[in-house]
Amino acid sequence: MTTMTVPGLGALPRKYVPILVTALLLAGMFLAGGVRYTGFASGQVILNVFIDNAFLLVVAVGVTFVILTGGIDLSVGSVVALSTMVVATLLKDGWSPWPVMALVLVIGTVLGLGMGAIIQYFEIQPFIVTLAGMFLARGLCYVIGTASIPIDDPAFTAFAQTRIDLGGDLWISPSVVVAAVVVLVAVYVLHFRRLGRNVYAIGGNEQSAMLMGLPVARTKVTVYAISGFCSASGGLLLSFYMLSGYGLHAAGMELDAIAAVVIGGTLLTGGSGYLLGTVLGVLVLGLIQTIISFEGTLSSWWTRIFIGLLLFAFILMQRLITARRR
Amino acid sequence: MTVSPTSSGPLTLLRHRLFWPVVILVALLLLNVVFTDHFFSIEVKEGHLYGSLIDIVRFGAPLILVALGMTLVIATSGIDLSVGSVVAISGALACLQISDLGDQDSVGGVLGAAGVALLLSLVLGAWNGVLVAAVGIQPIIATLILMVAGRGLAQLITGGQIITVNSSPYKLIGGGYWLTLPFGIIIVLVVLALTAFLTRRLALGLLIRSVGGNAEASRLAGIGARGVVITVYTFCALCAGIAGLMISSNVSSADGNNAGLWIELDAILAVVIGGTPLSGGRFSLGGTVLGALIIQTLTTTIYSIGVPPETTLLFKALVVTVVCLLQSPAFRAKVVRRRRPAGVSPVAEEKVRVHA
Amino acid sequence: MAPPGPILRMRGIGKRFPGVKALDGVDFRLLPGEVHALMGENGAGKSTLIKVLTGVYDIDDGEMELEGRPAAFSSPLAAQQAGISTVYQEVNLCPNLSVAENIFIGREPRRLGHIRWKRMRHRAGELLHRLDLDLDVSAALSTYSLAVQQMVAIARAVDVEAKVLVLDEPTSSLDAGEVAQLFRVMRRLKEQGIAILFVSHFLDQVYEIADRMTILRNGRLVGEYLTSELSQVELVGKMIGRELADLERLEGRPLARETGPLVEARDLGRAGAIEPFTLTIHEGEVVGLAGLLGSGRTELARLLFGADHAGTGSLRIAGEAANLRTPRAAIHRNLAFCSENRREEGLVPDLTVRENIVLALQAARGWTRPLPRRRQDELVAKYISALNIRPADPEQLVQNLSGGNQQKVLLARWLILEPRLLILDEPTRGIDVGAKAEIQRLVAELSDGGMAVLFISAELEEVLRLSHKVGVLRDRRLVAEVDNDEGLTSEVLTETIASGAAS
Repeated sequence: MTTMTVPGLGALPRKYVPILVTALLLAGMFLAGGVRYTGFASGQVILNVFIDNAFLLVVAVGVTFVILTGGIDLSVGSVVALSTMVVATLLKDGWSPWPVMALVLVIGTVLGLGMGAIIQYFEIQPFIVTLAGMFLARGLCYVIGTASIPIDDPAFTAFAQTRIDLGGDLWISPSVVVAAVVVLVAVYVLHFRRLGRNVYAIGGNEQSAMLMGLPVARTKVTVYAISGFCSASGGLLLSFYMLSGYGLHAAGMELDAIAAVVIGGTLLTGGSGYLLGTVLGVLVLGLIQTIISFEGTLSSWWTRIFIGLLLFAFILMQRLITARRR
Repeated sequence: MTVSPTSSGPLTLLRHRLFWPVVILVALLLLNVVFTDHFFSIEVKEGHLYGSLIDIVRFGAPLILVALGMTLVIATSGIDLSVGSVVAISGALACLQISDLGDQDSVGGVLGAAGVALLLSLVLGAWNGVLVAAVGIQPIIATLILMVAGRGLAQLITGGQIITVNSSPYKLIGGGYWLTLPFGIIIVLVVLALTAFLTRRLALGLLIRSVGGNAEASRLAGIGARGVVITVYTFCALCAGIAGLMISSNVSSADGNNAGLWIELDAILAVVIGGTPLSGGRFSLGGTVLGALIIQTLTTTIYSIGVPPETTLLFKALVVTVVCLLQSPAFRAKVVRRRRPAGVSPVAEEKVRVHA
Repeated sequence: MAPPGPILRMRGIGKRFPGVKALDGVDFRLLPGEVHALMGENGAGKSTLIKVLTGVYDIDDGEMELEGRPAAFSSPLAAQQAGISTVYQEVNLCPNLSVAENIFIGREPRRLGHIRWKRMRHRAGELLHRLDLDLDVSAALSTYSLAVQQMVAIARAVDVEAKVLVLDEPTSSLDAGEVAQLFRVMRRLKEQGIAILFVSHFLDQVYEIADRMTILRNGRLVGEYLTSELSQVELVGKMIGRELADLERLEGRPLARETGPLVEARDLGRAGAIEPFTLTIHEGEVVGLAGLLGSGRTELARLLFGADHAGTGSLRIAGEAANLRTPRAAIHRNLAFCSENRREEGLVPDLTVRENIVLALQAARGWTRPLPRRRQDELVAKYISALNIRPADPEQLVQNLSGGNQQKVLLARWLILEPRLLILDEPTRGIDVGAKAEIQRLVAELSDGGMAVLFISAELEEVLRLSHKVGVLRDRRLVAEVDNDEGLTSEVLTETIASGAAS
């Protein structure tokens, strides 16, 4: 980076500008929705966005870690699907819920660990390795079964139907709590733990990080393991949400996750961005869905076109901001 | 920066780079011989060439096309995620127009429809190119926009339906024969020849590698990098557009949702398997064709040896990993040669050599 | 002071790379409290020795002792923990992190694993204060200049309780004031008993700061000397193994100013880069640009070449008004610009020597009009032999060449175009003395042949030796234009640079 800014030029450090833009956009969308549709401007609508996207949020947290190091993980959607599949199959076979959940988390973490190790030690691009991981996980789903498997385990259905009342007719699902905990832990790790700082350092300049004596290899492998763990967690949340395991679940979720991270202002080159941005990015995606469902007459493909346009608007805005400040 | 073996000319290097892909392809083909009688036999029936090998190329034609365009994009150190969407849009637009024709068998009408579809593909490619070269957005993000929005656009064109057509001239593109060869193969050969001409006979290849290797140095050397990048993305979309016509023609219908789904990933894989690094600066057209053939042969093989088709993805993951590992200098150094005991870090060596 | 035992001793060090013997039986020792210069041409093995010492490479032959105990480091981290810290030429820090973090990352003050930010910032501030630096430690490193970043790197290196501090070309991007500041810091560290290994291409700096020096040539040890007992001429002789005559022969060149002006810049300027300047360059004239780093030398050149857009003023080339929006336009007007930043703005590492050489010519023709291969081979062969590019293999990847030969490849790229004005920005920086002399001779020959040259260099002697006229820059302003006659010496130039007015 050769750009220079005079410290203290603006009241707001430049690094927070993308997040602010995302927050403003979110507020703008919510206001517009509130003006246009009756019943839109309620707290529950916002909470529903969280409820419907808790799994995406958890997955996006893992992807944020990877992207902050300058890598990418395309396997997350498939790992989510694989997790739902494993859960559904094992529960059907009479396993009790807790060991199943533990096993799923282990599988996700190990898959991530393996991909990270190949990326790091055999120096193959993350794009390709995680693409192979994506095929592998999706393939494993189809090996387990090609049909959707319903989940009727009492613990799972109870979890799925639980409502946590917040008072005043507002409620959230336990998944939201899980997602919130994951986000908070991730923020803590990124900002107050060596692991997190090493993630930023590697994203800033990997060679420097190595020469500064930071554990680059270990950190990079760990980051993919974290992403695998988050995907598996997201898979668990999705199996609560869907109450089924299916190889076609979460198709293209890797793109949603990456889009959320980018809309949240994190640079794909690594080293720059915040988890809060990712949270806002997920909310923006969720709110688009909500608006389209409120609109009613719009066909589902408008969602994609909107997300595409929004991505475009965002990236363009970020470019303009960075260009003007240069 | 990749580390290249010292003291070897580009010719031996090239041979070296394509060695493993060739081995894998031959191994896959041989595997087929075991399971399928007369796998290598090609016969002429009613003036048409038939045979398993022909089928592999025929079914692999769209992938080869897309991968060829992708190769040039990747050589400029870019990537194009939107080709799958362009495939869908092109097929959808062509079929929509043909279905509106009074006489679906009218050659002029079909040509017009195909022309409009390809024109739109060119525009979409130029859009990608402008975002990357003029606006300066990272290629993966710039093309992600069209990847996401393009699917929606394709469905918008088809109205969310599957448009079926019944047009024999259109059917020729993906399913017909010409001069005993499947027409798709002829298209592939023409596009391949065109690409080779542009990059080898003309100087486009040099400029692409230069821009991919060092964009700023290229600008200061007077290369119109913007023009080169926009050209390359436009060419890539054109290839995808042709592939879209082929795919929709082959099944005589356009499916905005599923046509060309994930073909961008297969194409990128084909390029990488063929020895073109994602970091750009180098490329190999022959390698890409090989890579695409490996992927197609794999699919064919899985069907022919009687493995359940559900496991296709597993085998794909396996083959991709194996090819990439075999091509990785780090893997060869650490596992194949076993020159020195573990614990030392050749990784560090290579990374640091950058500023030596 | 009684001679203390060496803190570091290396004996018979050997290091091989595929096809190359980078180090062969090198002995080296470092005493506590000394500044020890490691000297040698490019490719002599300086970098390799440093990388062996700091654990980036493992040792093939020989042994190493730190404080009398055998030592071998498997990684930079291991070396750092043993007390050997390194600051590289290119600042190896993370620009996206704060100053404080760059100093402390990897050993942040923590409680139960929780990073204590406040304490870290406080300690960083203290540490920098001891080095006479007053920075906002919570600002991102990228907001500071390269020189300051370098100081931060040293602060980081020093804080690890270093016994040995390795400074690998730390001064190549610093201006005089910053070098002085660095030397102050180095002297202070020396007083604390730290052994400093110093690498620099600037002989004056070495003589100013170093107590002893070790000279390498072709991966072998030439010898170890006290700086006070070895003259500069002897030193250069030992580094290159031949005499300095090549460098002296260029003196006393005739002025060539009969022809009309080739390039006339009038009030050309760009906000934040360089104040409007007026400069005329005649055909066959060598115009030198002198000034400190950051004085606007490169910025001036980039405006002339259209690499950046000019905000004000006008430019006339061969009498015609020219509005250069891109390098491409400049090349069409027969201008050529050889950037100081070879790696980022010059070479395309994955292309061969041939392809790098024909690149600009091919770009000028456009991709639809390829240069026939036979013509390429002729041109390339001609320039490889004219410039003595080694290895003389046009199909070699350019990244495998040494710095000096890479520079010659870039020169060839522009010479092939037969430009009327050749802009050379620091063409001799970071290359060995032999190649330097060859490039200087070439510049003289080109100008004798009628080509105008704008020559930018940090070394005043070099500017004086080659130029007919010298432009002096200071604080992004062209402050003086001086004819290079008998009266102009490097002292006068230094004075002009310092005072900002022609004497």
